[in-house]
Amino acid sequence: MSEIRYTADHEWVSLDGDVATVGITDYAEEQLGDLVYVELPTVGREVTAGDETAVLESVKAAGDVKSPVSGTIVEVNEALSDAPEKVNENPTGDGWFFRVKITDAADLETLMDKAGYDSLITSLA
Amino acid sequence: MGATLIDSVRHPDPPVLETPLHDLHLELGARMVPFAGYRMPLNYADGIISEHCQVRAAAGLFDVSHMGQVTVQGPGAASFLESLIPADIEGLAAGRQRYSFFTSEAGGILDDLMVQRITDCFTLVVNAANKAADLNLLQRSCPADCTLTLLNDQALLALQGPAAATVLEQLAPAATTMSFMEVQVLGIAGFQCTVSRSGYTGEDGFEISVAATEAEGLARELLAAAQVTPIGLGARDSLRLEAGLCLHGQDITLDTSPIEANLQWAIPGCRRLGGTRAGGFPGAQRILTEATQGVARVRVGIKPDGKAPIRAGAVLQTHSGAPVGEITSGSFGPSIKGPIAMGYVDAAHTAVGTALHALVRGKLLPTRVANLPFSPHNYYRNRKPRSQLA
Repeated sequence: MSEIRYTADHEWVSLDGDVATVGITDYAEEQLGDLVYVELPTVGREVTAGDETAVLESVKAAGDVKSPVSGTIVEVNEALSDAPEKVNENPTGDGWFFRVKITDAADLETLMDKAGYDSLITSLA
Repeated sequence: MGATLIDSVRHPDPPVLETPLHDLHLELGARMVPFAGYRMPLNYADGIISEHCQVRAAAGLFDVSHMGQVTVQGPGAASFLESLIPADIEGLAAGRQRYSFFTSEAGGILDDLMVQRITDCFTLVVNAANKAADLNLLQRSCPADCTLTLLNDQALLALQGPAAATVLEQLAPAATTMSFMEVQVLGIAGFQCTVSRSGYTGEDGFEISVAATEAEGLARELLAAAQVTPIGLGARDSLRLEAGLCLHGQDITLDTSPIEANLQWAIPGCRRLGGTRAGGFPGAQRILTEATQGVARVRVGIKPDGKAPIRAGAVLQTHSGAPVGEITSGSFGPSIKGPIAMGYVDAAHTAVGTALHALVRGKLLPTRVANLPFSPHNYYRNRKPRSQLA
């Protein structure tokens, strides 16, 4: 399994070949609380790193998931439409949002590794 | 009162305050957030949805000590209050409570409140965010024969849910026969409390004023009951929205009249045109005219057809694209298991079932005008059977 990278917006990216899977971290899940709705992008959409790509709604608030990488959406986690709580239950596993066929692997190099992200979380505590 | 009242009103940048239950919230694992100048629990470990369902199924304990409790006493207290709110205060019996609102000269709503009467003392329970403004308003026009007191040393707890009365059976038997909107001074587990049978969830329940120094002891007694868990502000909001109850600052504001807000039920006949004490409150001309002639827009329930919550600020349109309203509160209703909202809609489009589009993130989401409340009220009305009436 490839190394997981993190954004300052609390998204994670896992690269398998040239396909990146994107989700939110445990920290983000805890901050959002119970999710009640996830709006996923359409397959085939071209995204640029930083684009708002999914929308998350918890009981109390709405939040965006920005794509950390540029490329084409090749798959979305349809199960979340009926069961957004999967994100709360397992944000770094079953609760993934979408997969992007990346155009430039260098996008990932600008992201944090686990140690960097952990120190960010520590600084927020 | 004195210095405390002045300080709380005039302090230009008040520090974040804590309620008497702050340490207990932390001990219970609350996620604390700033709200109306206080550190308040948003939710505890189980989360908002679980807490919401707990209150609908059993009972929950809320800390609402951030709300303002103000007493008004004196020979002219009732007529003084009637000069500020369109309620029947002269006719308010001891041991009863009423819902009302402070109105502005322009007919808007400055705040909504509960007015309780215990013997000859009136207690107002007002929103935390408006506490200072409400006190200012009261002080400005308080007659010489009345005394205002901000009860800064009282905490306020709410025990809400179908099991609330069962919980009090052992701790305060006298509370269990109280009727909805009744108020009594009574002991709960030995703590002296002012208890009203009311709340902000749509469920049966009690709002309990207790000395700040005794609040934690009382809260621990109530939480010791198997049916009770602590509930935060997150579930408080979803519960009141399902119950169709307004939040001041969102659903009712300085820019909404009580009639637009569909709160005319709270204005009794004696304060309306032709009544024995018609008018006499700020904005009476507009409000009473609207009560007879109708309004251009009305607060209604809005049920989104889909799964996406529609939040405050979303514009409502007809299918031809004409803007006809706006959402003022919108979230997910855990008991409804779907999104719910309320908002203001032009009078021509308020019939239940009217299809409207809500504009959300550039998309038009289908909705329908819905009856309020979304979740039926379960208030306890201890009415004697007819055969027992004198």
